[in-house]
Order: sequence, then structure tokens, then C-alpha cells
Amino acid sequence: MLLIHCPWCGPREEVEFRCGGQGHIARPADAMDISDAEYARYLFMRTNPKGWHYERWNHVHGCRRWFNALRHTVTHEIRATYRPGEKKPPLPDGTT
Amino acid sequence: MADAIPRLGALDHLGLAARATAEPGAAGVWLGERRFLAKINLRGDPQNAAFMQAAGAALDGVQPTTAPNTAVRAAAIDLLWLGPDEWLVVAAAGSEAALAARLAAAVAPHGGTVTDVTESRTTITVSGPRARDALAKGCPIDLHPRRFRPGDCAQSLLARVGVILLRADDATGPVPRFELHVLRSMADYLWRFLEDAGQEYGVAVVESEDRSQGSGIR
Repeated sequence: MLLIHCPWCGPREEVEFRCGGQGHIARPADAMDISDAEYARYLFMRTNPKGWHYERWNHVHGCRRWFNALRHTVTHEIRATYRPGEKKPPLPDGTT
Repeated sequence: MADAIPRLGALDHLGLAARATAEPGAAGVWLGERRFLAKINLRGDPQNAAFMQAAGAALDGVQPTTAPNTAVRAAAIDLLWLGPDEWLVVAAAGSEAALAARLAAAVAPHGGTVTDVTESRTTITVSGPRARDALAKGCPIDLHPRRFRPGDCAQSLLARVGVILLRADDATGPVPRFELHVLRSMADYLWRFLEDAGQEYGVAVVESEDRSQGSGIR
């Protein structure tokens, strides 16, 4: 059982959380002008890295707030959690 | 007329009143229900001083806290932190309509919202010398008195059911006391879980007390 640090509630057990998929997906500012294919790419296409991954999580059984996490998809290590709007931390392995 | 509809408690079918005892004796876990406590959800921006001030004034001076997982406890009102912009007001049964109206009038001009959620949950009290042991069987929160102090609250899971948990004693008595605000459709299940969890320590059903009448075990 992992302890996940909710940016609002502090450390809580993993069962209280739900993963909300890839984080930091920006809605295209020119959504009305881009092609359907480009919009579909924004809407449906997600990264699936083997390694560090920026994700959105929800403290669904706690304060019910969304936050962001930097998680390793192999080791399941959660390096950082931070509130929406806060700057995302750099990747631990130096890549971007 | 709505008033003619009898109001049923979430656990009335269990016949708790008939089992209730004023003297729990050697039982390790004391369970009770506080029916119909007024519960009002309050939301607003804690950075907005005018909102915070208006809310505090409408709640008889009970100021919403920004300290996570804590409650402000006053004579007639508990104010539980639920999130960075959300609180739960718990007050005496029957006070919800007037309190919600007063609170809404006070905070609406400052962007606050008020929702009467009285009927959504009922309140199960867990007390007694082994209360912590019984709760620990289903709850991921660390309830050790060093970590979960009087006035601390948390939203978490108990036996897979979402609960709002409050440490409701002031640490002056011999036993801890917890209040669980649980969705009423889950209350039957949770009560049975607690009876089962407490079985090895002995379970006593204690009087369902109302705050306005005061109580020896509060």
C-alpha cells in the first residue's frame, strides 16, 4: 500500500485516490480553427511512457480535489505531487 | 402536507433504542446514533476575507478554518474542514432550515454557496476503551491519539465506505469518542460492520443523545 501525499490533506493511503490519466494537456486555443484530426489528437491521443509520467490524480475518497503527480510507470514511485496551476517539477532523469 | 410524513432515521429498523443502555459496563466499544443532526455544506473562497467574516458571523462566531483535516468545535456548532474551499456545518437537529437560510444570506454576496445536506447522512458515534481498535479494522487513517487529536477530522474510507470522521472528545475523559458522518444508504452496512468489528471487545449500544439536551458521554 502506497502513501500518496495529497497537496491538501497530506499523506493518505492509495485506496483513497483515483488516477485521472495524463496531466498537463492543454486545450488548443484555436480549437475552432484546427482540423478534426488535430482536435482528435488533443482529445484522444495520450502518451504511454515506460518511465516518468506527469499525471492527474483525484483524492476521490478524501477532499475530492484534483492534483498533479509525477509518477514512474515501472516502479510506481511518486516523486512529487502538486496543485493545479503550480509549476511542474523537472523529470528526475534529466530528460524532458 | 410535508410535515405529515413521518421522518425515518437511517437506522430505525435496527431497533437501537430498545437495546440502548446508559451503562455500557465492561463493553469495549460503545456505539450510538445521533439522528437528524443538521448538516450544511458551505463553500467559498478562503482568500476572500469578506466571505470568511460573513460566514463566521452567521455561525455565531465560529470561524471556518483553513487548517486541513481539523474542525472548529463550539457549543452548538461543529465546523469541519472538507477541502480548501469547503466546510461542513454540523448543528443541533431541526436547526438546518433556519441556519442554512441565515448562512446563505450572509455568504451569497461574497460568492459563497450553502447547501442543506442534512438528509444525506446520519451520524454514528463510536466510543469506549477499544473504539480505536474496532475502527482500525477498516480505516486507513492513523487514529493514534498523537496523530488524530481531539477536533481532528478526516474524509476517508471505513470498511470501503466513504465517511467523514471526527474525533469528538476533548481528551479529558477516559475514552476516545468518534463521530462518523456516513451516507444514510450505507449506514446499515456500516453499523453492522462496527458491531462485527467490536464483537471481540464487547459492544454496547448507548443512548442516542441529542446535543441540545447535553450528554454525559459527549
